[in-house]
Amino acid sequence: MNPTTPLGTQLGQPNTTAIIFFLLFVGITLAITYWAARKTKTTSEFFAAGGGVSAAQNGFALAGDFMSAASFLGIAGLVALSGFDGLIYSVGWLVGWPVVTFLIAEPLRNLGKYTFADVVAYRLKQTPVRLSAAFGTLAVVSFYLIAQMVGAGNLIHLLFGLSYETAVVIVGAVMILYVLFGGMIATTWVQIVKAVLLLAGATALALAVLYKFGFSPVALFNEAATQYGAETLAPGKLVSSPLEAISLGLALMFGTAGLPHILMRFYTVPDAKAARSSVFYATGLIGYFYLVTFILGFGASVLVGRAAITGVDKGGNMAAPMLAEVVGGTGFLGFISAVAFATILAVVAGLTLSGAAALSHDLWSTVVRKGKAPESEQLKVARIASLALGILAIILGVIFKGQNVAFMVGLAFAIAASGNFPALLLSMAWKNFTTRGAVACMLTGTFTAVVLIFLSPTVQVDLLHNAAAPFPLKNPGIITIPLAFVVGVVVSLLFPEREAAERFAEVRHRMHVGAPTPSLPAPEAPVSTPPAVVRPSKA
Amino acid sequence: MQANSREEALEALAASRWRVAAALTVAMLVAYLGFILLVAFNKPLMGQQITPGLSIGILLGVLVILAAWVLTGLYILWANGKYDRALHQYRDGK
Repeated sequence: MNPTTPLGTQLGQPNTTAIIFFLLFVGITLAITYWAARKTKTTSEFFAAGGGVSAAQNGFALAGDFMSAASFLGIAGLVALSGFDGLIYSVGWLVGWPVVTFLIAEPLRNLGKYTFADVVAYRLKQTPVRLSAAFGTLAVVSFYLIAQMVGAGNLIHLLFGLSYETAVVIVGAVMILYVLFGGMIATTWVQIVKAVLLLAGATALALAVLYKFGFSPVALFNEAATQYGAETLAPGKLVSSPLEAISLGLALMFGTAGLPHILMRFYTVPDAKAARSSVFYATGLIGYFYLVTFILGFGASVLVGRAAITGVDKGGNMAAPMLAEVVGGTGFLGFISAVAFATILAVVAGLTLSGAAALSHDLWSTVVRKGKAPESEQLKVARIASLALGILAIILGVIFKGQNVAFMVGLAFAIAASGNFPALLLSMAWKNFTTRGAVACMLTGTFTAVVLIFLSPTVQVDLLHNAAAPFPLKNPGIITIPLAFVVGVVVSLLFPEREAAERFAEVRHRMHVGAPTPSLPAPEAPVSTPPAVVRPSKA
Repeated sequence: MQANSREEALEALAASRWRVAAALTVAMLVAYLGFILLVAFNKPLMGQQITPGLSIGILLGVLVILAAWVLTGLYILWANGKYDRALHQYRDGK
């Protein structure tokens, strides 16, 4: 497809180094999976690695879950082609993490077991809340998964010269092996190995670039400004209207705090303190990674050249691999390509596991079996769900071949920010939150996000080639996030639920002090509330 | 009586955590939205170079990323120190 040889790059050719590095990664991670499989006997081990992951390990794993190939290759490409604008994305994707630390990590760890629905449903009626939460989770996971799989197919096609379908099947099959047999223990270690490789690879590449500029990023930026004009260092077309910018910003900021595969990671650490520290590590690693990616983007535009980058891929996604080839030869290109491949595998595995948790823990064990399913049955359902989601991911990846699915990442963040985050926060912070309020909040957020994105210019103009879109904003966050909060509050006030308000004292106790023993959360039979706090509900 | 004061202690603990969390969240929001609004409203200012190669926009973007670290660090300092001490006291009072 691409005239690679005239452009003087080995991209798109079967690259021996890349294949060796990739096989090495898959070999090591499958060995980890084999080891993890023997330790994965309970649902707690399958979904939460038995709570035995340290804060630093979880920090790397969180970073691994978040640093997708799209953010590595995509942001580097965006910076390479348009300079400063790439930084806007980096900043947007990072600022959600402090919010996760401040608002979510500790209460979530103390209140839940495997999914964020544990927290929302804690003092509310299990069935309706679990159904709505699982709906939101599966929506986020599906859209994110489709975006990753389609991206994976394209990238691997460009990097290795494999056919699109082969790439999708390899990613899907290896990911199924990780999740099916190794559960959260294997997935965590795959994330850690991947995060270390990605950070090391990006750092080495950035150092190789900076070496040519006397280790001064400013000299590099200046060279870019000399070659492409001073506007490279100034905001370009990315942010056109302030409203658009704020809307995207809110979705990115609060979306992180509603991504099911990120939230699920907080159950893998032993306590709230470790949950808190793990986000601190993750914030540091991800921030560092984005700063390095910024250097890589400018490095690529100066050392590779914009024309050469767009010659291989119009979107600029190959900027970082091409830069690797220019500064380090075919071997380095192979290494970076293998890391990008591994990155996709790891992110997809994390997503699948969180989808499986929603299907098995929220829907099957709690809704269908009313908490009466024995451990072995829960584990079996979890494995079937993982397998089914893995196969579904492969099928969706093939179906969406050649489609522009970039909007799906935005959609996943918008649903996470409006469907999941408001209900999660209200359930932890507001005494008078009720079952009906929670259901209304989650469904409103999820549906309005989906509908408004469908009516937005992203889908109507870019995808369907209509002249105009009924809804002017590309991202609906500024409307849907406040709307979900308002609906949640109003419906709760209209239909007060005494029991939910009475049990808030128990929620507050557990949220701050933690569980007495690492036992079951959200018990069907409420733990007796201390008498002093049974006050008449004010609502 | 005993139960009442314990309940009040927990309420105070919870209130202090939400207060700190809300203040830091607002700080992050202000830093980030400030950056985005400057990008949207004042592109020429963001493009101005402090020294050749370093525009105000790049500097502010990097500062927002650093602010994310600093704010998270401040929270960890507070939580690992004051908050955890209060929490231990509450637990021991059991």
